[in-house]
Amino acid sequence: MARKLQSILMGAAVAVGLAVPAVAQENELRIGYLAPLTGGLAQTGIDMRDGFLLYLEQHGNKLGGMNVKFILEDEQGKGDVAVTKAKKLVLQDKVHMLIGGVLASTGYALAPVSTELKTLYIPSIPAADDLTQRQLPQFPYLIRTSWSSSQPHHPLGQYACDQGYKKIVTIAADYAFGYEVVGGFQKTFEDCGGKIVQKIWPPLGTKDFGPYIPTIKADADAVLSLMVAAMPAQFIKQLRSAGYKKPVLGGGTSYDEFVLPFMGDETIGDVSALHYSAALETPANEKFVKAYRAKFGKVPSYYSENNYTTAQLIDETIKKLGGKFTTPEEFIKTMQAIKLDAVRGPISFDENRNPIQNIYIKKVEKKKMFGYDKDELWNTVIKTYPNVSQFWTYGREKFLAQPVYDKNFPPCKFCE
Amino acid sequence: MNTQFWVVQAFNGVSYGALLFLVGAGLSLIFGVMRIVNLSHGSYFLLGGYVALSVIWITGSWALSIPIAVIAIALVGLVMERLFLRPEGRAKNIRDALIALGIALIIRLSLGRLLPQMIPGQIGNIVQVTLVVAIIAVPIYLVLQRISAVAIEADTLRQVLMTVGFAFLFQQAALDLWSGNPFDISPPPALTQSVSLGGMSFPLYRLFMIVGALVIGILLWLAMEKTRMGAMVRATVDDAQMARGVGIDTNKISMFIFALGAGMAALGGVIGGAFLGVYPGLDFEMLPIAFAVVIIGGMGSLGGAAIGALLVGLADNFGKALFPELAYFTLYAPMVLILALKPTGLFGRD
Amino acid sequence: MSTQNLKIAIVIVCLLALLVLVPMGNSFVVLLATRAMAFAILAMSLDILLGFTGLASLGQAAYFGVGAYLTAYLANYYGFGLKWDFWLMIPIGMAVGGALAALFGLFAIRATGTYFLMITLALGQCVWGLAYRWNSVTGGDNGITLKGGRPQFGIDLTNDINFFYLTFAFFAATLFALYVLIRSPFGKSLLGIRERELRMRILGYNVWLHKYIAFIIAGAFGGLSGVIWAHANGIVTPETVVLTTSVDALLMTVLGGAGTLVGGAIGSAIVFGLREYVSTLVPWWQYVLGGVYVLTILYLPSGLMGIPERVRQWRNSQKKRETTKMTTAPSSH
Repeated sequence: MARKLQSILMGAAVAVGLAVPAVAQENELRIGYLAPLTGGLAQTGIDMRDGFLLYLEQHGNKLGGMNVKFILEDEQGKGDVAVTKAKKLVLQDKVHMLIGGVLASTGYALAPVSTELKTLYIPSIPAADDLTQRQLPQFPYLIRTSWSSSQPHHPLGQYACDQGYKKIVTIAADYAFGYEVVGGFQKTFEDCGGKIVQKIWPPLGTKDFGPYIPTIKADADAVLSLMVAAMPAQFIKQLRSAGYKKPVLGGGTSYDEFVLPFMGDETIGDVSALHYSAALETPANEKFVKAYRAKFGKVPSYYSENNYTTAQLIDETIKKLGGKFTTPEEFIKTMQAIKLDAVRGPISFDENRNPIQNIYIKKVEKKKMFGYDKDELWNTVIKTYPNVSQFWTYGREKFLAQPVYDKNFPPCKFCE
Repeated sequence: MNTQFWVVQAFNGVSYGALLFLVGAGLSLIFGVMRIVNLSHGSYFLLGGYVALSVIWITGSWALSIPIAVIAIALVGLVMERLFLRPEGRAKNIRDALIALGIALIIRLSLGRLLPQMIPGQIGNIVQVTLVVAIIAVPIYLVLQRISAVAIEADTLRQVLMTVGFAFLFQQAALDLWSGNPFDISPPPALTQSVSLGGMSFPLYRLFMIVGALVIGILLWLAMEKTRMGAMVRATVDDAQMARGVGIDTNKISMFIFALGAGMAALGGVIGGAFLGVYPGLDFEMLPIAFAVVIIGGMGSLGGAAIGALLVGLADNFGKALFPELAYFTLYAPMVLILALKPTGLFGRD
Repeated sequence: MSTQNLKIAIVIVCLLALLVLVPMGNSFVVLLATRAMAFAILAMSLDILLGFTGLASLGQAAYFGVGAYLTAYLANYYGFGLKWDFWLMIPIGMAVGGALAALFGLFAIRATGTYFLMITLALGQCVWGLAYRWNSVTGGDNGITLKGGRPQFGIDLTNDINFFYLTFAFFAATLFALYVLIRSPFGKSLLGIRERELRMRILGYNVWLHKYIAFIIAGAFGGLSGVIWAHANGIVTPETVVLTTSVDALLMTVLGGAGTLVGGAIGSAIVFGLREYVSTLVPWWQYVLGGVYVLTILYLPSGLMGIPERVRQWRNSQKKRETTKMTTAPSSH
């Protein structure tokens, strides 16, 4: 009896599925947005969504003149759920494009789906290098509007040399994103004469760094840390209270605005690199930060900015296409040709459909900004590297010829 | 790997163990007295941290946050125990009322979604919504009163699953109430210093954790060994039926122990909040580790929880430092071995 | 028609309904149904342990994960299992699941009740730990994405509807196989062990061996479900073996009704329906999920399949109340 109930329910679900209007209006742009809204990654998904929706709200819910139908799906931080929801969005809701995902694994799971379903996919956060590098030929319907993991860390390596650091210890979360960040840094740092003398890999999600901090080599000039989500605050606190006084360089997520407001004064003076800082002193950014903070009560992180700018890019692209969405191929070609002054600075695209943008070297300072009356921690921009692509100065062919950055590439030649 | 390495790592392992003791002792006692496997124990830990954060935001006092968080979560545990795990008499009515309200709320929200024209606004008019919910709740309540819930008490599996259901509810509620931002609790500046000894740096906060756990542990032990209440608790752990036979009110003991366990988990959450942070997912991260502590040490044994916590803290630390690829394996494999040899844990009794 | 035959007839009718109705829906519903069925195989395998032997395990995701990871690994690095050799992958997946269960069973079967729960939890966590950390093999946090797509052996399995039929075949086959198992003398001994273990021991049954074999069978079918799961999703991550997955499987079995075999399938449909269908409708679906768990545990301990029995009980207690009302004051609960 209950089995019959099950099939009745199934039938009802099917009926609902069929009955939901596929009445697609002509001037409607249907966007399928995938973000984690529950589970451990929920806040990143919320920030992403808020950034995108802020742009829509500021523009009368239209992009390029088309009315936007924004369909948000919770992918719960899981690749398989993301795939299922993506298929629902494309096949049931008939969206023109899929946007979002957070984890590299989600990006790698959704990209093949975009190829299979011939639908545009814009990974507005997933930074996995190879999505727009060696694996790009498998993903003709993909264009990325955010960054590649190693992109900001190439210039950071150069910066480290310029500071006079000769030996550096890296401590990074033990997963692909960590490998790509460290790899990018190591490549440029060693190319300009530096040495990585030790690589430490705490598991992703480590909060107690007790096992790792005492092993940091004493003769290093500085530490490069790559921490994610809830790790950054604990790491630097424990490092400093363990008595470590040398400089700390951070990968993109170690000090970004997702974590900085919740960190303490021990971070003052720490330097990191990313393609965005909320302390960027440009009129566009000031406007964005003020509007975002007024509406959502927190300083925007790159999760918000990247999605705000994605909306802006889509706006510009649709405008160029004459106010309608034609085909994914045309859309991609058009977007690729855009040069935009976004909140994060000037953006254009390289031939591998990844942004060419400013990389900001930023230092944590405690001060008042943008007219706010409290002293807070901000990532002050101390140096800008303009027009940085995912290939740095190596050139596309040469860069793609080397393997993707991994735990063992570049090899740790100077490790004991 | 010189002496310094071993000393610092041992110190770190012991301090982590101190935190685990707070979480594990409560779980162990709850199991010992009530034979309940509480999978929402990790949620108590997390909620303790969140409540402490709220207290700090409102009052600015870290010291105040500790007792308030402990008491608040002890109350939550108490409510859960009294209403859902072992309800008696009128408690069942209250429980049915709560459930009826919950169901009614969901129905109202669903209606709002499905028929937006008929029912104006979603949460727009709070009064109207409350009234509608109350009205819908009444018939549901009456129905629930007619259907008798089946007692959970001796049924391990159903207890486990019910506490998991609550864990999911708590997780979502925490996300909705506090947001998913990665919070950190800042202890008073005095505790953030380090002490230098023999060329090594020992963070004061870790010392605080060790001392705190020792104090709590000793207080608990004294309570168990030297007070009448403690004797009653020990009797109930040993043999609940006999205890009832000699006139011990095992119900009151259960209530007390459950609240105590929840409170201790919350204490762990507050103290851990400055060490691990307070963020979504922490509840399910702490849970298996808390169980490792309790299982290795033996369920129902306070001393076992202490030993178990120490062992897990040290194993975790040294495992990660020496065999990073096998990090979690070095934690759970010993647990399996111990269970295989002595299913009740090192110091457990059945 | 005896009740038993009636039940079988109903099940067959429902299966046919499933077979006919689902493909009529859109690809989302089809994919959802496919995933629910693959997971249902896991839940049904757990039912062998829980419903029929009386052992509640919190570590079934281990066999699920091992089957899934092995499939993904062999497909990606050796190109194995992507053509006709897919049919080899099935027994391999089952063998590996069974072998792991054979190993774990040596540690676990001595325990009962809570301790069995705990030790299976620990074993499941060991597997999770390896999946999470052994980056070179499991891809760590990234997991393994099956780049070769679904197996091709004449039928285009990239078509979700075709894959649905394939999964349905395995689902129905598992249901049938487990049904035969339950009706066999071995299955009957398992029921005996669930009810009165001591008596079975006295009667001379090798209780340990029976439990051990049941454990291995559950592990084997867990491995099978993992193989199908890997291809249904195209990606295997540590999420597949996380503790919550084992809890889900247990919950599904209890939700549907332990010991009914189809209960696991019903539970799977409901949980998947909630997680993935309701989540597209409302943002507060987690409350509904938690609420469903709590309510079922409280009011329907025998799960949904137990509703007819509960109704019968309720009616009987009503009748009793009528008669006692005439003689004594009604008792309140």
